[in-house]
Amino acid sequence: MSSHDEIDPLLRLLQKDARQNATTLAALSGGDAAGIETQLRVWEEDGTILGYHAVIDTDKAGSRNVRAHIEVDLTPERGGGFDRLAARIARFDEVAECFLMSGSYDLLVVVEGADLRQVASFVAEKLSTIDGVQATSTSFQLKGYKQNGFLTDLETEDERLAVTP
Amino acid sequence: MHEASNGTGKSPSDRISKLVEDIPRSGIRDFFELVQSKGDVISLGVGEPDFATPWHIREAMIFSLEKGQTSYTSNLGMPQLRDLISDYVDDFFDVRYDPNSEVIVTVGVSEALDLVFRALLDPGDEVIYHEPCYVSYSPSVVMAHGKAVAVATRPEDDFSLRASDVEAAITDRTKVVMINFPTNPTGATQPREELEKIARLIVERDLLCITDEIYSELRYDKNDPEVEDHLCIATLPGMRERTILLHGFSKAYAMTGLRLGYACAPAPIVEAMMKIHQYSMLCAPITSQVAAIEALENGAPMVEEMRRSYEGRRNLFLSRIEEIGLPCFRPGGAFYAFPDIRKTGLTSSEFAFGLLEAENVAVVPGTAFGECGEGFVRCCYATAENKLRQALDGIERFVARAI
Repeated sequence: MSSHDEIDPLLRLLQKDARQNATTLAALSGGDAAGIETQLRVWEEDGTILGYHAVIDTDKAGSRNVRAHIEVDLTPERGGGFDRLAARIARFDEVAECFLMSGSYDLLVVVEGADLRQVASFVAEKLSTIDGVQATSTSFQLKGYKQNGFLTDLETEDERLAVTP
Repeated sequence: MHEASNGTGKSPSDRISKLVEDIPRSGIRDFFELVQSKGDVISLGVGEPDFATPWHIREAMIFSLEKGQTSYTSNLGMPQLRDLISDYVDDFFDVRYDPNSEVIVTVGVSEALDLVFRALLDPGDEVIYHEPCYVSYSPSVVMAHGKAVAVATRPEDDFSLRASDVEAAITDRTKVVMINFPTNPTGATQPREELEKIARLIVERDLLCITDEIYSELRYDKNDPEVEDHLCIATLPGMRERTILLHGFSKAYAMTGLRLGYACAPAPIVEAMMKIHQYSMLCAPITSQVAAIEALENGAPMVEEMRRSYEGRRNLFLSRIEEIGLPCFRPGGAFYAFPDIRKTGLTSSEFAFGLLEAENVAVVPGTAFGECGEGFVRCCYATAENKLRQALDGIERFVARAI
């Protein structure tokens, strides 16, 4: 993924590996360790960095959870558009991700539950019942190939010859 | 090596040409074989980028194959590619070559090197070059029946080349002076002042010059006002008419296996190279030429991204090697560092073999690149950060025991 965009290279480094310490980050990005620590605190305070987490291959981790993508049609509100409803939906613990989308539906809601029944009951009892939710369409994630930039289960070995002139 | 005859004539090993027999076995080859035989080695012994060729280039190649573009091209290379090369060289190196007569596309810079020596050298002609250097320079001269004259570069000069050392090596048989900066294996860059002196010397003595520019895009510390910009010797007074500029796509565009390079030189030299190339290769592979076209048209942003990535890892490597206590000068280009291991009291070979044995980390002994590499090892930092760190940890443990 080409990263010659506007995002600070330091943030890109953290996205690849947030466990690198300030000294390593300093060497890789050309800054100084103390300055980097300060910058990280600033970003954490202002919400540029929302959090740090490990990206896990849930199958390997032994999880039997299901992940569902729910396409939601909303009634926009005067003076607020979709924001109030979307924020309310996003606050549910079951909701892992939530985005406003262009195209044939309004909100993409990613939900995780212990099984199909649990997800279905969340949609039926908690999501569809919200005033302003017009319709939902649910599909289930079957197999992961890549998430957050990390390939799962695919060959990523360095295939170069070990010694070349 | 001569095996006993079994009575039905000479054995194959007795039939090898003397010229080839006399070429010494590659210093890297034994080490390579040892590394291959061990599993699970973290190798800093690689000589190529750890990026795959950027996708847009691979996609252009795939598309060309789908279209059925698989035939021979013009011997000199596809005209569109030569145009782009001419523009690129003008833009990047500041010297203009006519794409119709002064540019030849080759199967890697390796082929260009072979062609230029075979085109220029009569038996006994001497080629001055600087060591430590890429392993194929001297054998290529020998295979063209020339004499390879090595000039040692020194650690106190950060392995840059002194004009006075070049001058001392000139004889009445000297025909060519060859330079390569940034350098494999040292990562050295050449200060402007010395390069200008060498150019004046070459002009004065009416010699030819070959410049291998393969690592030129991979230069670092660009924001440091103390660090000079890259200077191509062909731009200096009197040099264009006597210089062969070699460059390729392997390092900057991560196209090592695609084997695509080129030479830019005055028309009679390109013509002579073409005479050989048309019979030995006919043309560089068309799919690789397609890749090169895409690289030159759209590859600049990815080159910059890769360059920045190498620079970060260089800095990581240098800061750790300093902590470990091995002196290592700051390489201005390429993706190699050349730490000084003399304080361990070990030879380069002992260090490399010992490190491999004890810590499963591979670095290449400096002697693989010339005798003056003794006391040094080449470390390639074009490796994933976590592997780099692990390798450095291994080096640290090994050095601590050795001192």
